[in-house]
Amino acid sequence: MNAVNDQIVFENVSKFYGEVLGVNRISLTIPPGITTLVGPNGSGKTTLMNLMTGLVQPSSGRLSVRGLEPGDANEFFRNVGYCTQFDSFPRGITAWQFLLDSLLLYGMSEMEAHRLAREALERVELGNAAFRKIAGYSKGMRQKVRLAQAIAHHPRVLILDEPLNGLDPMARAESLALFEELGRNGMHLIISSHILDEVDSISDRVVLITGGYLVAEGNIHQVRREVQDKPMQVLVRCDRPELLASRMFAVNHCVEARMHADGKGVFLRTGDIDQFYSLLNGIAVEGLVKIDTVAPADDDANAIYQYLIGSDGSAS
Amino acid sequence: MATMKNELLQKPWGLWWLQGRRLTAIEVRRNLFSWRASWIYFLAFIPTLIIFIHLVFDTHPAIAMPDDTNILAGVVEFYYVRLGIFFGCLGIFSRLIRGEMTERSLHFYLLSPVRREILLLAKFAAGSISALLLFVTAIVADFALMYAGYGAAGRDYIFNGPGAHQLEMYLLIVVLACLGYGAVFLLLSMLFRNPTPAAMLVFAWEAINPVLPSLLQKISVASYLRHLMPITIPGQGIFALLMVKTDPVSGWIASFGLLLLIAAVLSYSCYRIRTLEIRYTTD
Repeated sequence: MNAVNDQIVFENVSKFYGEVLGVNRISLTIPPGITTLVGPNGSGKTTLMNLMTGLVQPSSGRLSVRGLEPGDANEFFRNVGYCTQFDSFPRGITAWQFLLDSLLLYGMSEMEAHRLAREALERVELGNAAFRKIAGYSKGMRQKVRLAQAIAHHPRVLILDEPLNGLDPMARAESLALFEELGRNGMHLIISSHILDEVDSISDRVVLITGGYLVAEGNIHQVRREVQDKPMQVLVRCDRPELLASRMFAVNHCVEARMHADGKGVFLRTGDIDQFYSLLNGIAVEGLVKIDTVAPADDDANAIYQYLIGSDGSAS
Repeated sequence: MATMKNELLQKPWGLWWLQGRRLTAIEVRRNLFSWRASWIYFLAFIPTLIIFIHLVFDTHPAIAMPDDTNILAGVVEFYYVRLGIFFGCLGIFSRLIRGEMTERSLHFYLLSPVRREILLLAKFAAGSISALLLFVTAIVADFALMYAGYGAAGRDYIFNGPGAHQLEMYLLIVVLACLGYGAVFLLLSMLFRNPTPAAMLVFAWEAINPVLPSLLQKISVASYLRHLMPITIPGQGIFALLMVKTDPVSGWIASFGLLLLIAAVLSYSCYRIRTLEIRYTTD
């Protein structure tokens, strides 16, 4: 398989709903792994996902998913699974029947469809409720049915629109573990979520979008480094945080210090991360302060979202 | 030409056929056996109920058989073709696409590995099976109940007289009416958020069609079916308008003409579904 056929490619894709902008001139290449779409409500995340799966057509530009286009439904949807955020199902149907109906449309034998339906329902921990009508399910259970339907045919690309909505903490953790496992196996996972802290922990890449425009994309740490006008925050765990803070403030690039709540660490904000680490090494060598751990405190998706998009949803 | 033939042979016809069959079975199960379809059962069987009451409570002297034959022909032409099948098909076929848009479940089909044309044709097949099961059963029951009261004379009329041919023609009319209206309403449900106003226009069009120029008469389901009626009903008053036959047409030309119209409407529907978008918030 060549490089292009292994990626999801947007080439100058725009989508307008009448006069309303969905997304504008998106050029993007997404390699295998877990990619998180981040943006406020109405930013264009769902439009991007719907474009990828052919539920809406681009007004201009081209896109392909691992070299395939949704027009070739047979080949495309054998490789792609999409868990939408539409919380609705055909009336009066059970989870088992719903999955079975979906799988039979792939042309497989009934025995194979039974096997895959059972496997998918067990994977999302819905085996016991499979023969109850979906209408009687909780929101979290309905979310799990949609997830089971999206993964049942073993796609190579899995697109998940707000997959953690309605899930309790235990189910969220299980879902995240499942996503991580699928990502490790070489799948494409495209996830949009408002629960950034949780998704951030498993993401390889982040795509920031607001108002239909792409703001930034790439590895989370790379994106954070590129936001140079926002000083980076580092948490240093040590035995004498006050002393460390005073030493750091002696240099120009250190602009803020805040004690950790437990008194055993300090959050330091610096405009020059390379100089900062160099100085920190010097202090450690002097032995005045015993440093336990050093970790970036704001290179997660949540912080990047705040810096680039802001709480009001407008890109800065 | 040879290249085109090779390309056609290489298409996955077997898979498409299997997908179409399975989709049809799913749709029939979801549409036919639900409480929401109960009003369509009522539309199909209300004449059957009335004819049954007629059978139980009225006397059936042999002299009344021609009147009952005319009444049955009137029920088929005025009730079933213009009202019962019309609105029954509106209910069945407009639900197939628009109903799933309203319930926000159409995307599951559009995300399945099924060509959209196969999806549309399978939905049309499912709607047709549902409509035919109801209305063919109703017509056969109407026919049987109408002549049951005449005993041996009734049986003789059916098996040795013109009765069997009349039943065949009624069944042909019902089949073509279900397919014709079904194709039209399936298309309307893709074109309009609420297909009912457009269906009312079709209803009016069908009503005034007999007095339109012969070219325009060809864009009508009922105008083809009129030519298939085995009995000419004496029209009086407002009914006379519906009985006008401007150009006499043979039965097979009428059938073939209507099948062509159905094929044209379905072809356009296939073209439309290729670009159908899921926008539930605006739909």
